[in-house]
Amino acid sequence: MACDSWRNRIAAYGDSELSSSEMRAVGDHLRTCASCTSDLLARVQLKRAVKSAGKRYSPSLALRQSVQKGLPSRSNVAWIWNWQTKLAATAAVALFVFGSIYGWSSFERKRTFAELADLHVATMASSTPVDVISTDRHTVKPWFQGKIPFTFNLPELGNTPFTLEGGRLSYLDQAPGAQLIFKIGNHRISVFIFQNRQVRPFTLNDSRSRRLTFNVETWTADDLRYFVIGDADANDIHKLSDLLRLAAGS
Amino acid sequence: MPLFDSLYNFARWLTHDREEAEDLVQETYSKALKGFQSFQQGTNFRAWMYRILRNTFLTSRTGLKSGITISLDSEEGESVAPVTPETPESLFFERSNQQMVQEAIEELPLMYREIVLLCDVEEMSYQEIAETLSIPIGTVMSRLARARNALRTGLSKKLQGVKNGL
Repeated sequence: MACDSWRNRIAAYGDSELSSSEMRAVGDHLRTCASCTSDLLARVQLKRAVKSAGKRYSPSLALRQSVQKGLPSRSNVAWIWNWQTKLAATAAVALFVFGSIYGWSSFERKRTFAELADLHVATMASSTPVDVISTDRHTVKPWFQGKIPFTFNLPELGNTPFTLEGGRLSYLDQAPGAQLIFKIGNHRISVFIFQNRQVRPFTLNDSRSRRLTFNVETWTADDLRYFVIGDADANDIHKLSDLLRLAAGS
Repeated sequence: MPLFDSLYNFARWLTHDREEAEDLVQETYSKALKGFQSFQQGTNFRAWMYRILRNTFLTSRTGLKSGITISLDSEEGESVAPVTPETPESLFFERSNQQMVQEAIEELPLMYREIVLLCDVEEMSYQEIAETLSIPIGTVMSRLARARNALRTGLSKKLQGVKNGL
């Protein structure tokens, strides 16, 4: 079969394990091959289902306390330090704490971005990418009434290069939210909106980054967390983000 | 405590038993503390912790009983099977039947169950999985492909069972 040579790479693509040049090559192939796109969609669905089903067990408080008791406490450590040692140790601890916090928040952020990239890819590969098909914001916005526990504003796109294509329900961290699909040129951009307190916390209130060759921008407004993600140019992602910010403020 | 929740979740999936999982996690932290000097700075701490937990499990009574075995056939270079358009997962996931997915994971042999969980639940990279399981990356890829195929087969059987039961 012609696509046999792509299968291994598509599996690795679904696991975000390819280099950026390989990602681009597979991305180009996926745009022209319905069979491989369908294959990727099934893999993404399986991965998401395992992820969701696999987070099944939580430790008891008693176990947590028991393990914590076994860890050394500072009061048990009687060290005789001179002031240089104390200074060096304080600096090392501060560096470690800062590094740990930064490392953890960076890990969490990457995890969220990877999850959103999965959602975006799965939507693009779907034969029914949107549940409400309309270019009219006055049709799309009311469709979400009663389906999500919040409301949001959509921008007027009349004099912009963007077109609204529709929307669908989405879930992040088991919390419902809105996914809106916008088009610019031949690129599609997903805008995800969730309640900020429902999604895992971000250390940055406003960030732009590039993950898995997708451009991503995120911010909070009125207790809502917005994510704009797509393979469009970073400036286009930013322009759309600005329009959404403006609409949210109006 | 770093990794506490995820180590416990992984331990439960390995042992299928709450008390055993609790003992396993306690022993893991105890061994990690005692052997912290053996942790090489600059290497992956998460993979190190998971490796301790897994090795502790494999030498436990349940672990020995589970008898993790490696196929005599080479695991390298196995091609990845295509997924057909109407896949068991597409049908299952539309129905959001999380319990059936959990049952299918539970029924996987240990060597498949652990690699799927490390990749898809713990979101480890292939490199981290290779370090945790002490196997080459090529083996990670081929074993993961086999594990996912086995999971799909399990889901297919469950779907067939549901269809027949209707």
